Amino acid sequence: MSGDASHETMRITLKVWRQSNAEADGRIETYHVSDVSPHMSFLEMLDVVNERLLGQGKDPIAFDHDCREGICGACSLMIDGRAHGPEAETTACQLHMRHYNDGDTIHVEPWRANAFPVVRDLVVDRSAFDRIIAAGGFVSTPAGSACDANSLPIAKENAELAMDAAACIGCGACVAACPNAAAMLFTSAKVAHLSLLPQGQPERDARVIAMVDAMDDEGFGNCTNHFECMAACPKGISVENIARMNREYLRASLVSRSVE
Amino acid sequence: MATTAASTALDSKCPTGPIENRWDQHRFDLKLVNPANKRKFHVLVVGTGLAGASAASTLAELGYRVSAFCIQDSPRRAHSIAAQGGINAAKNYPNDGDSIYRLFYDTVKGGDFRARESNVYRLAQVSNNIIDQCAAQGVPFAREYGGVLSNRSFGGAQVSRTFYARGQTGQQLLLGAYSSLMRMVGQKRVTMYSRREMLDVVKVDGVARGIICRNLTTGEYERFAGDAVVLCTGGYGNVFYLSTNAKACNVTAAWRAHKQGAFFANPCYTQIHPTCIPVSGSYQSKLTLMSESLRNDGRVWVPKAKGDKRRAADIPDDERDYYLERRYPSFGNLVPRDVASRAAKERCDAGYGVGATGLSVFLDFRDAIQRDGIETIRAKYGNLFQMYEKITADDPYRVPMRIYPAVHYTMGGLWVDYNLESTLPGLFVLGEANFSDHGANRLGASALMQGLADGYFVLPYTIGGHFAGRALPAVQASDPAFDSAEATARGRTDSILAVNGSRTVDAFHRELGRLMWEHCGMARNDAGLRRAHDDIRALREEFWQDVRVPGPAASFNQNLEHAGRVADFLEFAELFSADALQRTESCGGHFREESQTDEGEAQRQDDEFSFAAAWEFQGVGEPETLHKEPLEFEYVKPSQRSYK
Repeated sequence: MSGDASHETMRITLKVWRQSNAEADGRIETYHVSDVSPHMSFLEMLDVVNERLLGQGKDPIAFDHDCREGICGACSLMIDGRAHGPEAETTACQLHMRHYNDGDTIHVEPWRANAFPVVRDLVVDRSAFDRIIAAGGFVSTPAGSACDANSLPIAKENAELAMDAAACIGCGACVAACPNAAAMLFTSAKVAHLSLLPQGQPERDARVIAMVDAMDDEGFGNCTNHFECMAACPKGISVENIARMNREYLRASLVSRSVE
Repeated sequence: MATTAASTALDSKCPTGPIENRWDQHRFDLKLVNPANKRKFHVLVVGTGLAGASAASTLAELGYRVSAFCIQDSPRRAHSIAAQGGINAAKNYPNDGDSIYRLFYDTVKGGDFRARESNVYRLAQVSNNIIDQCAAQGVPFAREYGGVLSNRSFGGAQVSRTFYARGQTGQQLLLGAYSSLMRMVGQKRVTMYSRREMLDVVKVDGVARGIICRNLTTGEYERFAGDAVVLCTGGYGNVFYLSTNAKACNVTAAWRAHKQGAFFANPCYTQIHPTCIPVSGSYQSKLTLMSESLRNDGRVWVPKAKGDKRRAADIPDDERDYYLERRYPSFGNLVPRDVASRAAKERCDAGYGVGATGLSVFLDFRDAIQRDGIETIRAKYGNLFQMYEKITADDPYRVPMRIYPAVHYTMGGLWVDYNLESTLPGLFVLGEANFSDHGANRLGASALMQGLADGYFVLPYTIGGHFAGRALPAVQASDPAFDSAEATARGRTDSILAVNGSRTVDAFHRELGRLMWEHCGMARNDAGLRRAHDDIRALREEFWQDVRVPGPAASFNQNLEHAGRVADFLEFAELFSADALQRTESCGGHFREESQTDEGEAQRQDDEFSFAAAWEFQGVGEPETLHKEPLEFEYVKPSQRSYK
């Protein structure tokens, strides 16, 4: 780790997936980048490449990004085959070039999953996640109908566990990392968050069944316990949530009030 | 530079009578829309942050037909998500003397007496409903062992009224509003349009009846007709290029509505947050905020000797200048944001700044760690320390953080009346996009409160007055008004592509940001503002001569999106400088060097400037017309803020 590296620069070779739209064939393009400062974020390094391409009248590399502080979940780069790159619990926007060495070659690709079609270059369509939430990832409480917040005490331990699960940023790294392209970490984080809280109880059974059905309908795979999702998750969401979702699903299937 | 008109065009529609009854009385006086008729009205909600998501879901729950639009790939990513610290409410759960009146009082005073009393009181009243609503949605607020909600003091407040969810309060509140929105989407009561950018408001018979969007995936232009348009499109801090805002934050929707007749109020009111990670190089793309809660335990200092380049640990205590503690002995490191920011700039400008650039000051936890132990400090700030280390590679447990102020929030925005309706009838503006509640400076943990107040508990009532009180004949998207609005939007994009010059969009944006920071930043003066005004015009002319944006237009083209936003910032920046120039007083976040006390503190000029400045568009490059809405203080009497 460099203390004052403000004057050092590195040369990096990038191999980047380029694809002009969902239907087009993609290809890997090579870019040589000099003057990479170790203090740059990975996305700032891509900005530098794009400024150069634009200066030459060429198409810049499309990639999703917004807050650049690791919370919006927009950035979604597969870096050398790892979702968000080599650093644990770090989104691509928070990954800094000081973790690379002069002369390194880095491969950058989009998330790969049938349920996440490529829009352009490194940008994918993650609207499937919105549809999973729309199927049941909520508490039905219209504005104005709430009781006083302190009339519903919640054990601190449960509140903390719920918060651990609710920290999900919806980036999709779990899907990208999973050999089955499963969305079970994402879906289970929401199921766990709400099933741990009293507010979530009235819709507990319906929620888990609807969300799992939606997940399957979107074409995501299922969990076979590789735990790659947890390793890739920039927020450290635990696979214990998947166990909780499976238990919730089984329980809901057994106690479901509707008769098919 | 500006012409002044009588303020007859502005009717704030504020109720009168005892302040605690005004909102109740107003709600009673508003006309209601019959439940069976609500489905006949179609509302277009632009933006899905706290204000937009809460408004869209609540209007749909009431039975209105709603279409919602966002520029991100999902409504869950709006920049409200990045708010760290918390949300204020007057619950008084800690039993420490808080009340609706005290929250109201603190907010009016904190805004340096440049906000409307009626609006602020209403905000304080509904703050309690917000906490109830969010808790009911399952927002995992911090709790005590007994299961009740936990509170903390924030931003120097004398009471503990801030609710929080670790350092991710904005995220959790937004995901709560987003879950309600998605529930309505799932029930087909809201139609959601993601990756859409609003490029114009369509007026029919003088009323906002639709919008023109560009589909950011395909590049196609789309028309949406409705019975009301609700803008929840956030603030314009990115006019400075470097800010704590997300990269996509922009002024485009607000600016284009302004061109259609919505007055823009107090554009110069900008909040500069004192505790951000400093700029490290010319490639810097954004700035990251470190929660102001750090000032509860961190001590701010610079070396006493100019240009002292020793490591912090090698500088003994008697050679350190704890300048906030020195200048403000009673508030010390907890002075309000604007005061702390200016003090840091003063030290750095005088040559005492630290780090390679000399543009930063130390925020030191050494004494707190010695006093409370490292584990206590880790429990309080662990996630923030980790974030700081990720970005800077410095470990704040061992060496002091380096911080510098950065643009964070914009109190100015489209002018709205008490109903949150702009001067363009049928166009409502919520959240940071409006100007209403914070005056010249916003208190910590109040932005989340205002966004959700507007969306959950104000607009759902006031929009009924528009539907029940105005004739709204059916309008189709085939109306000629849509033809001309679409042609304008298309034409602007096409003319950007046609320039085919030599400089990139980002180069123009960075140069605009430097100009704004230099002349319209933390301290402003007459000569600098006049200079900025001329330089902004020259830069705008150069943009239209020399920008280079590769096509094609009809595709996913992020550079073209950015170009359109920078083109609007270049027009808006001129208004910003004109507003800062006319306000020759200092107030809140707006510091005019000509108006300071003998001790160098901000000096208001109440006789001359107790008004909201609402600007009316007259054409690009033409001076705008200034309308003044007088501000009256019946309850909280204006006084000079003092933190000595």
